[in-house]
Amino acid sequence: MPLLEAAGIKKVFGKLTALDGAALTVGENEFHGLIGPNGSGKSTLMKCIAGAEVPTQGKVSFVNTDITAFTPTERARAGMSLKFQITSVLPSLTLYDNILLALQAQCSLFDLVFSRTRGALHDQVMTMLTQFRLADRAFDAAAALSHGQQQWLEIAMALAGKPKLLLLDEPTGGMSLEERRVTGELLQPIKEHCSLVIVEHDLDFIRDICDRLTVLDQGKVLASGTVSEIQANTSVQEIYLRRA
Amino acid sequence: MPKAMGAVKQAIPAEIGGVIDAAAGSSGTVVRAAAARKILPIVEGVVLIAALLAPLVLQDYLTVFATRVIILALFALSFDLVWGYAGIMSFGQALFFGSAGYGVALLARDLDITNIFLVLPAGTLIGLTFALLLGGFLLLGRHPSSVIFVSLGTLTGSYAADRLARGWYYLGGQNGIPSIAPMSLAGYEFTEGPAFYYLVLGILVVVYLLCRFLVRSQFGLALAGLRENEQRIAFFGYKAQHLKAIIFTIGGAVAGLAGSLYAFHEGFVWPNMVGVVVSTQVVLYVLFGGSGTLIGAVIGAIIVEGVSFWLSDNYRDIWPIILGLLLLLVIMFRPLGLISFVLGERERVGSFGAKPKEKRNAAP
Repeated sequence: MPLLEAAGIKKVFGKLTALDGAALTVGENEFHGLIGPNGSGKSTLMKCIAGAEVPTQGKVSFVNTDITAFTPTERARAGMSLKFQITSVLPSLTLYDNILLALQAQCSLFDLVFSRTRGALHDQVMTMLTQFRLADRAFDAAAALSHGQQQWLEIAMALAGKPKLLLLDEPTGGMSLEERRVTGELLQPIKEHCSLVIVEHDLDFIRDICDRLTVLDQGKVLASGTVSEIQANTSVQEIYLRRA
Repeated sequence: MPKAMGAVKQAIPAEIGGVIDAAAGSSGTVVRAAAARKILPIVEGVVLIAALLAPLVLQDYLTVFATRVIILALFALSFDLVWGYAGIMSFGQALFFGSAGYGVALLARDLDITNIFLVLPAGTLIGLTFALLLGGFLLLGRHPSSVIFVSLGTLTGSYAADRLARGWYYLGGQNGIPSIAPMSLAGYEFTEGPAFYYLVLGILVVVYLLCRFLVRSQFGLALAGLRENEQRIAFFGYKAQHLKAIIFTIGGAVAGLAGSLYAFHEGFVWPNMVGVVVSTQVVLYVLFGGSGTLIGAVIGAIIVEGVSFWLSDNYRDIWPIILGLLLLLVIMFRPLGLISFVLGERERVGSFGAKPKEKRNAAP
C-alpha cells in the first residue's frame, strides 16, 4: 500500500479549474518531486493534500485512511507535515522557541501548562538546530535570519513532529546556489524515516534528490515515473524539460 | 567557533555538546537571552511598591478611587490574556464582568449571601461559565472562525446583555440593583477604604502571578504561536480552537472575579456594566498600556483612569475629547502601548526555552 494516494483531485476557484483530475501516489521513504510549468496546479495539489484547501472532487488517502475531510490539525496528528511556500516561521520568537513550539504540538494541555516537557525536549531542540546548522543562532529572534536560514528553520520545524510525510512547497525559493546544495544535503538523511513530496522549480535540485517525479500540466497529470523515465518522456520534454 | 561548526557537513554528538556549551556559556547570544528579562521585573516592582504605598499617601476619597482602579486593572488583565496573548478580539469582555456583578448582587439581595469565600468564587464561576458558553459557540467550530465573526459575536453578546438587563424587571431594569450589602468575612464587613483596597490588591497580585506563570509556560509558547500565526500552528497539530476556547474561558473567569469585586465595592450594579461601553473601556486600557505584557494592562488601567479623573476635575467640559486625543496619539505612535517606551520587542515576547542551567547539564 502506498503511504499517500491522491486520486481524481479536482479544484475549481470560481471559473478557474486549477486541478482537473490530478493524482499523486507516494510510497514509504520515497522522495517524490512534483513539477510542471507555472500555473499547472502544483501548489494547489499540495494544499489539497495538506488540508489548506478542500478539493472540489476527489479523494486523498494517507496510511490507508481517507483523510479528504480531515482538518490540518487532524492531518498533522496523523503524521503529515507541510512547509509553506512563503516562510512562516514565527519572527518574534527565538529559533529555539520556534522549534520547541513545533515539537510540543501534541503534548497534553497539562504538560503544557506545567511546562513538564520543557527540559525533556531540550536535547531534541538542539539536535534539530544543529542538524540544520542553526545552533549558534538558537537564541536570536527568527526575524534576524537570512531568507535561506529561515527556510531551513521552517523545514526543521516541519520535521520536528517526526512526520511520516513531509510536503515541501518550493524549499529553495530565493536561495543561493550554495544554499540549495546544502538544502539537498540536509534533506538526504530524513529519507530513513520520512517520505517527501517536493514542489520545486529548480530541476537540477529535483533530479538530485528525488526518486520519482510527477509532471502536472494544466491541472492534469502529464506523466509520472522514475526520474530517468520522466527525462526520456518526449511529451514532458516538449512542454517542460526542454526549456529548463 | 559556532560559525565554523555551521560549515561542518554532518552533525555529530560531540559538536552538539560543544554548541550547547557555547550557547550556554561564552557566546553573546546567551548574554542577550539572559538579559531578556531585565526591565520587566523592575517595572513590576515599581508598580507594586507604588500600589502598596498608595493608601498611605492618598486622601480617603482617593483610596476609594484607587480601589476601583485596581479592580479595573484586574479586569484589564482578563482582556489582555484574551487579546494580548491569544489574539482573540473580544469586544464583549464586559459581558463576563457585568454578569458576575449582577450574579453576586442577586446573591446578596435575594439570598443574603455576602461571605467573601462564597461570592468571589461564585462570581468567578459565572464569568467562566458565560465565557465557556459564548467562547464555545464562537470559537469551537471544526474550522477556525474569522476575526470578524468573533469580534462581532462578542460585541453582540455584550450589547444583547445590556439590552436584556435594561428591560428585565427582576434585574432592576435601567436602574440596576442598588444598595448591595457589603462583602463579609466572619462578621467583618468590607466597606470602601484601605482594607478593601489591600484585599483587592492582594487578589490582583495573586491573579497576576498565576497569569504570569501561565503565559511563560509552554502553554504560553503555544499562545504566542496562536497569536502570530494560527494557521501555522494548526499544521503542527495544535488544536488551535481548543487553545483559544481555554484562554477565553480563563479570561472570562478573571473578568468575573473583577466584576464581583466591582459590584461590592460600588454597592450597586447597572446595565452599563455588561455593555459595550465598559467592553470598549477595557480594550483602551490594554492598548494604552501595552497589550501582550501583563504589567502593560495594569499600567494602562491605572493611567487611563488616573488621567480621566484628573482631566474631569480640571477640564470639566472638554476632558473626554482630550482623553480621546491622548489615546489616539498613543495608539498611532506607540501601537505596543506605553510600556514599549521602556520595554524592547524581544523582552516583550520573551523566551520559553529551557533554563541555561539545564542546557549545561545536557552537554556530555
